[in-house]
Amino acid sequence: MGKKQLRRMDLIFANEHDYKEILSKTLKTPNQYIVEEMINSGLKGRGGAGFPTGLKWKLTAEAKGKTKYVICNADEGEPGTFKDREILTQVSYKVLTGMAVCSKITGAKKGYIYLRSEYKFLVPVLEKELSQFHLLCKENNLDFDVEIFLGSGAYICGEESALMESMEGKRGEPRNKPPFPTKSGYMGKPTVVNNVETLAHTFTIFKYGAKKFRDLGVQDSRGSKLFSISGDTPTPGIYELELGMTVQDFVDDFGDSDCKAVQVGGASGFLVPRKRFKETAIGYQGKLTGISLPTGGSMMLYNSSRSMYNVLDNYLDFFQEESCGQCTPCRVGCQQLVKGIEAVKRGEKKASYLDVLLKLTETMKVTAKCGLGQSVANSFQSIVANFREEMIY
Amino acid sequence: MTEVQTLVKDLANKHGRKRESLIPILQGIIQKDRFISEHAMIEIARELDISSAEVFGTATFYSFLDTDTRGKYVIRVCKTITCSMKGKNQILLSLEDGLKVKVGDTTPDKKFTLLETNCLGWCHKAPAMLINDDVYTELTPESVRQIIEEYKKRDIRVE
Ligand SMILES: Cc1cc2nc3c(=O)[nH]c(=O)nc-3n(C[C@H](O)[C@H](O)[C@H](O)COP(=O)(O)O)c2cc1C
Ligand code: SF4
Repeated sequence: MGKKQLRRMDLIFANEHDYKEILSKTLKTPNQYIVEEMINSGLKGRGGAGFPTGLKWKLTAEAKGKTKYVICNADEGEPGTFKDREILTQVSYKVLTGMAVCSKITGAKKGYIYLRSEYKFLVPVLEKELSQFHLLCKENNLDFDVEIFLGSGAYICGEESALMESMEGKRGEPRNKPPFPTKSGYMGKPTVVNNVETLAHTFTIFKYGAKKFRDLGVQDSRGSKLFSISGDTPTPGIYELELGMTVQDFVDDFGDSDCKAVQVGGASGFLVPRKRFKETAIGYQGKLTGISLPTGGSMMLYNSSRSMYNVLDNYLDFFQEESCGQCTPCRVGCQQLVKGIEAVKRGEKKASYLDVLLKLTETMKVTAKCGLGQSVANSFQSIVANFREEMIY
Repeated sequence: MTEVQTLVKDLANKHGRKRESLIPILQGIIQKDRFISEHAMIEIARELDISSAEVFGTATFYSFLDTDTRGKYVIRVCKTITCSMKGKNQILLSLEDGLKVKVGDTTPDKKFTLLETNCLGWCHKAPAMLINDDVYTELTPESVRQIIEEYKKRDIRVE
């Protein structure tokens, strides 16, 4: 019997030779119509919180003020995510088309690509693409300029408000929300921040219409999504799949036949153990049961040779280093979690200390200022609940 | 003017003297010197007319804006989960052996600094490392040794 395969999609990386015409055509379409199409498509952000993209553009368009900005978030720092780089390498014109249309709708005259410094080697490629793009904007009478802003090695700068602090020349410390960037973003001006993949998907909608996108996926999770697949798999890489599949289907396709758990959504996502493969679907939080957020689409597979203690220890070490240190629950919490599980492992603390740590993650979830500190609980709780034995012995 | 003063002035002329210019200027120093000295931070503060504590606070926040002495080639080995699972430790041993330094240290001739870093985004081609801005993936202890030898030679040619 052949292995069951999930359907591979090819919307994102498909080369669209008519992209210049698509841009011109879309720039001549009334704003209201474009926004409606985007909302109807069901496209939600591919970078984190899954906010409806059409609505984000609309809110920014309606925000008061003359100066506005569009930012493409290419900070891609979530462990196990590497698809944004590939989009920028292969089809950056789709991302730029998305930014141009966003500029027309919101009135933003300036755009930025916030590129993580680990991808600095991409700068020449992008600069070349940008000089063509700027000519194209001129031909279409669009007053819009895009610049690259290079990050400097800080995962937290992927969080949109930290990203803007960093662009303003400061420490990348997340801001309080509200106000949201749509109202007060970069330099205090209304700003759209979109993930690279989100922007690339907008191109599909401009070219093929909302329906083509909406027909893919299920319920609240529409369209296709890029997954970055790594770990214990014979076929690591980037795959475009339809949302809504179960983890079981995923593992049947990509596992090494000995898969014991899948980390969905990177270190800040959830661990799904084998016994939950069948009941867990992959998509945005909504009507689906036992849902796991795909966040950046990071899927890391672990087989039975892996120690889940080592996995958790590695994640916690990551969070401890990447916490911006601004708020106590996250700064001290991450440190205590690392110390705590190491002490339990060495036998210096009783196994019941894990329950104290679980409570601590619950506190972090409600008191930490941003998504980093709040989501440490996701992996901690799902790993400790399912692999408690491995934490202790 | 000292060399650093000239560099800071040039960078400020290029990137501007506003607060938003700070990170591009700091990156410019790294590009040239691989680390930002106290002297450079004070010069930048003077040039942008902000407090040197602000410059220091910003620079030390970012892991790629090194403020400790660094070699000409900064090696950053990814230590996040997939690279760890796929043999990061053997890669580090091979580098430590080839360079005769420990993680965190710089060779006495100031050519190489060996560091670990968080996810580089090459998990599907693990293990991975950066040398300055260049990416190396699917490493083995042997390939790492070759890469290092190549860099050592490259340097002799330059000087
Ligand atoms: C800790 C943290 C890290 C994040 N990193 C990224 C990132 O690397 N790339 C990204 O697009 N969004 C990241 N986000 C989400 C952004 O804050 C923001 O929601 C997103 O860029 C919005 O774009 P979207 O609506 O297109 O998804 C991160 C969020 C948090 C809390
Ligand atoms: S939760 Fe963590 S990363 Fe977020 S603001 Fe607080 S300390 Fe910073």
